[in-house]
Amino acid sequence: MRAMVYRGPYRVRVEEKDVPRIEHPNDAIVRVTLAAICGSDLHLYHGLMPDTRVGTTFGHEFIGVVESVGSSVQSLVPGDRVMVPFNISCGSCFYCARGMLSNCHNVNPNATAVGGIYGYSHTAGGYDGGQAEYVRVPFADVGPTLIPEWMHDEDAVLLTDATATGYFGAQLGEIREGDVVVVFGAGPVGLVAARSAWLMGAGRVIVVDHLDYRLEKARTFAQTETVNFAEHDDVVVHLKRITDHLGADVAIDSVGAEADGNFRQHVTGAKLKLQGGSAVALNWAIDSVRKGATISVMGAYGPIPNSVKFGDAVNKGLTLRMNQCPVKRQWPRLFEHVRNGHLTPRDLVTHRIPLEHIAEGYHIFSSKLDDCLKPLIVPTPA
Amino acid sequence: MAYRPQKPPLPETSEQLRARIPGWGVDLDPAGRPSVPQEVFDPGAYGARWEFPERQPELHPRERSIEHAFLTPVFSTACPPKGLSGVVRRYAYRRFSEGRAAHWLLLVAADRIDTLESTAASYASKRPDNPFTETGVRAEFSHHGIRSRVGRGRADVKHTWMDPLVVAGPWVAAGTGIAVGASAALRRLNRAR
Repeated sequence: MRAMVYRGPYRVRVEEKDVPRIEHPNDAIVRVTLAAICGSDLHLYHGLMPDTRVGTTFGHEFIGVVESVGSSVQSLVPGDRVMVPFNISCGSCFYCARGMLSNCHNVNPNATAVGGIYGYSHTAGGYDGGQAEYVRVPFADVGPTLIPEWMHDEDAVLLTDATATGYFGAQLGEIREGDVVVVFGAGPVGLVAARSAWLMGAGRVIVVDHLDYRLEKARTFAQTETVNFAEHDDVVVHLKRITDHLGADVAIDSVGAEADGNFRQHVTGAKLKLQGGSAVALNWAIDSVRKGATISVMGAYGPIPNSVKFGDAVNKGLTLRMNQCPVKRQWPRLFEHVRNGHLTPRDLVTHRIPLEHIAEGYHIFSSKLDDCLKPLIVPTPA
Repeated sequence: MAYRPQKPPLPETSEQLRARIPGWGVDLDPAGRPSVPQEVFDPGAYGARWEFPERQPELHPRERSIEHAFLTPVFSTACPPKGLSGVVRRYAYRRFSEGRAAHWLLLVAADRIDTLESTAASYASKRPDNPFTETGVRAEFSHHGIRSRVGRGRADVKHTWMDPLVVAGPWVAAGTGIAVGASAALRRLNRAR
């Protein structure tokens, strides 16, 4: 089969690989019909996530058709069209039994601090991902779900991570009616978080980024106020000024490891990999919110320690809430939101790239060429 | 303001927001949000019919975190450790927990060794690495590389110049090291003669 393969930092290509096989009775093999590149894939692409091995296939956002199933699979049969959460979950460990599907303890031998994620380095279990023609899907009775007839494929693929994670980020903020919410990062996750903040009753939503085309999208897709941090000497002071010097009630960090805006942080975190990422957005969130506020973090950071302003967080009495999104738990409500038009994930798609051109796809997304916001990967002819 | 008891007024009322934004407030009640409450004990909720999953056969020794009691019942078999990078990876897993910086720094070092090993090996294969095609840099010409950056106030453009150094730096360092080592060895060989 054809599959995207990592060759080292900033280098990927398409190679011929063996079609994955059933390795456990509850496995399924899925033929991928649509995948996506996620902003967090760029952390892998840039060599930021420890134990990213040459030969790995990335891709944790994908949908497809069941090709074959293991002997114990009961909920799927070959031919089913499925969407697959980016989390791999057993459904029965201490965490899964409590709905913490992103924290499964039975699927990632490489680490206890993170669950299993498709195509996200051996730190997240080493499973090959969906930027390929076929992918092995463990625990087929737990993760995959049939794509509803009415759902558009591009909505379905974006529900496997970006949409669910954005909504989850707003939820972690514990938004109450009339709250002022600041969202750092106008990528797909941040834009969904901003729009979801309205669904949860926010009174004011402000999106911060430095890319004008993404801020324009925040205004049209999520109907929010915007702040371009590159236009301000000190964005924390600006955010204080526009919130009557009180600060926001809730901040959402949807940037994660490669945040811009502070040269020292970016170079040590994103370029030299001496930190588990550049915590610029997180520090801005800590400093700009009001005392007693809640900060939601679902931007991805690596396991190496970060330079975070923890003292300010303590002194301000902040609540920091964070996790990887337990995708499947979000789906019933999100399906309703997509069906009734409250969330429109496919409006975020800007590029549709054949698998054979994936190296260009990564470069376009990484370098933000052609106003790239969300690139999809098409492994097989539709 | 923060200096007085009342919260600053909002620019729009809830009624105005409800009229302007489709779906405003439909998830206002936290009880209706999918992950609230966060932990609800319901082991059958997601399709598991087992208390502990059947074990996947371990056909080859599989590295694991020493914080795990045993190899997880399901695991990936993709890209097993290989070469010198594999030795470093296995040592990092065998010796250090996830709480130790050495664990992660060794894994990062192994990643860089893996890149060097794999690239060198590729030149002895039918499919040598091609930095030009693999970096996707061709897209600079087909997808408006200059227009996408210049005059747009992008903060990342300030450090874009570093990317070639970050990508090429390890190669230059490795090449320099090999050249210095080889010339030293040659000098020693000549002296011995």
